[in-house]
Amino acid sequence: MTSTIRRTGRRVLIGTAFTGVAALALAGCSGADAEVDTEAVVEEGGTITVWAWEPTLDQVVEDFEADNPGVTVDLVNVGTGIDSYTALQNAITAGNGLPDVAQVEYYALPQFALQDSLQDLSDYGASDLDGTYAPGPWSSVQSGDAIVGLPMDSGPMALFYNKDVFDEYGIEVPTTWDEYLEAARTLHEANPDMYITNDSGDAGLASSIMWQAGGTPWTVDGTNVSLDLTGDEGAKRYSDLWQTMLDEELISPIAGWSDEWFAGLADGTIATLPIGAWMPANLEGSAPDGAGAWRVAPMPQWEEGEVTSSENGGSSLAIPAEAENKELAYAFIEYANAGDGVQTRIDGGAFPATVAELESDEFLNAEFDYFGGQQANQVFADSSAAVVEGWQYLPFQVYANTVFGDSVGQAFLGDTTVADGLADWEETLKKYGADQGFTTD
Amino acid sequence: MSTTTRLVTVRPGAARQGARRSSAGTIDRPRRSVLLTVLTGIILVYSLIPLIWLVINATKTQSDLFSTFGLWFGRDFALFDNIARALTYDDGIFLRWFANTLLYVVVGAGGATLLAVLGGYALAKYEFPGRKAVLAVIIGAVAVPGTALAVPTFLMFSSMGLTNTPWSVIIPSLISPFGLYLMWTFAAEAVPTELMEAARIDGASEFRIFWQVAIRLLAPGMVTVLLFTMVATWNNYFLPLIMLRDPDWYPLIIGLNQWNAQAATAGGTAIFDLVLTGSLLTIVPLIIAFLFLQRFWQSGLAAGSVKE
Repeated sequence: MTSTIRRTGRRVLIGTAFTGVAALALAGCSGADAEVDTEAVVEEGGTITVWAWEPTLDQVVEDFEADNPGVTVDLVNVGTGIDSYTALQNAITAGNGLPDVAQVEYYALPQFALQDSLQDLSDYGASDLDGTYAPGPWSSVQSGDAIVGLPMDSGPMALFYNKDVFDEYGIEVPTTWDEYLEAARTLHEANPDMYITNDSGDAGLASSIMWQAGGTPWTVDGTNVSLDLTGDEGAKRYSDLWQTMLDEELISPIAGWSDEWFAGLADGTIATLPIGAWMPANLEGSAPDGAGAWRVAPMPQWEEGEVTSSENGGSSLAIPAEAENKELAYAFIEYANAGDGVQTRIDGGAFPATVAELESDEFLNAEFDYFGGQQANQVFADSSAAVVEGWQYLPFQVYANTVFGDSVGQAFLGDTTVADGLADWEETLKKYGADQGFTTD
Repeated sequence: MSTTTRLVTVRPGAARQGARRSSAGTIDRPRRSVLLTVLTGIILVYSLIPLIWLVINATKTQSDLFSTFGLWFGRDFALFDNIARALTYDDGIFLRWFANTLLYVVVGAGGATLLAVLGGYALAKYEFPGRKAVLAVIIGAVAVPGTALAVPTFLMFSSMGLTNTPWSVIIPSLISPFGLYLMWTFAAEAVPTELMEAARIDGASEFRIFWQVAIRLLAPGMVTVLLFTMVATWNNYFLPLIMLRDPDWYPLIIGLNQWNAQAATAGGTAIFDLVLTGSLLTIVPLIIAFLFLQRFWQSGLAAGSVKE
């Protein structure tokens, strides 16, 4: 990257936190530097610090150290999601104490990428991995021409449902959202304690539903951010459906990931979950009483006969631009996310982002005891292939998700409507974006 | 707060006289008020229910936790199993967090109390230029919440290379503006200047006056400050959260939060049973400290009233 372009780019922006946005967009010259010879790097040895919370990485680190006696990987759980981003942001601001590798979810990548805080991995040979990953996760780690992380896992959406409950109340597995709404009514009418699903205002779920509905409620082009949460087709579909279910009190108000939630999943009072493909490990570990009752089905469609899906969650391993031992760090993330580490993580219950594993017979034919022997990965893999293209995350998605509850979340308390909440959210985001130096409309 | 204010401004004797004069009854035969009893009862229940809930639910297995009534015991009594698992989970990291918390409290809160006593006594009993300015600064400092200072403190400590070390938690904990203010007001009342003059005439050094005369009179105030700083350090969440990244240095409160957050991650297992048991174990030392220190607090007050 040329320094002049960088400097001009900096001047465009007022917000300090997001300087460097234009630099990434304009500076097309990717590094022609020598790619990292990972074998030589691990031979030489050294120590790297990895900030991650993903549980299967423990085994990956152990294997990597066993294969490379000179290498020490210090795996530190500095907190989950937003806590870890706070720690990372603090370390970047302070200019020291940075890890060599950080786990960053796809939705949070743009925020760090646009500050130029992450190493462009195409300099290290990551461009060669084109085609290794499913299109959704692979596009999530691109920022302009830079590759700012290697995909670790993915979360194609699927509909998890409690077959025992469906059988008991004679409900067919819904294939469209209209049928889903009908199923919700039938179930709740038959037993007022039962709900089709729960939601207390989850930004991630809302985004995934809008995404699947073909929506692009926000688009990002360099420093220009367009927000349209009121007129966007996907947003409208989401708000219409959710408003109807809220009005008829068909959604349980239990917050996700709470003890009540796991209890509801275990005893069947929450009958379905539209959620990412990484969910099985959580169900097995945290709602063991539901074993045998649950099954997986493709996402309900907005139009009959369509095959569309979206992603929910998923994270990458990235290297901070100012990290000390970037070459060894790259050798590690390549091992973890493209090498032998992938199978280790699948064995530990993670859902892969790599095409080879997603298409392998061993993976597709795996039977899940929790799902009564169902070959659930086939549903997830089909979903992965059907992810609607063209979705982008906001360059301040982390912030956007944290304020979702203040606007749209109010609709779940009955204080406003989903549509008004979305309009309110849009206003908040436009103002925040403008304060950060983006051009918003 | 109100108890403390009363402690330092109203002498116990005066309080008793006030009570006798009022028409509400006497100390020996207080007049009963139904409204007051009911109100107090409501507040008592409101304060105790979370604690009762915690104690009851710490005895449950995770599956009972999900499926049985919250305010009564589950099918299995798993308290001891839970304690054993909480202490051994993840290579016994809970004990490490416990030791860290003790370190932060003993050095941090203990040091804060010592500094507050020394400073408060000096400000109350010695005339020197700039005393008023110091007062203004302290009052101002009381008004600034610690949370607001956390990020600037982080940046400062980071440039000194102290983040992610125990010092980054201990050093900020050493400063307690409120404790200093309290000791100042308390020392002004509790240590008669005449007594200090008498000691001086007897030839005692200022140092000896402090350690042998003043410190005994200051004991009730010291215990109060110690309780405050101890609770503040034990419960301090935000400062260690941003200062520390290595779980090996976490205090209990951050560690428990990490256990709690584990449920909400892809592939993570919910361990709400261990979070609850851990929370219970976390508050036990505070309760013991309160019961223990309260004795000194009361006897100190009594000693003060006899002297006067």
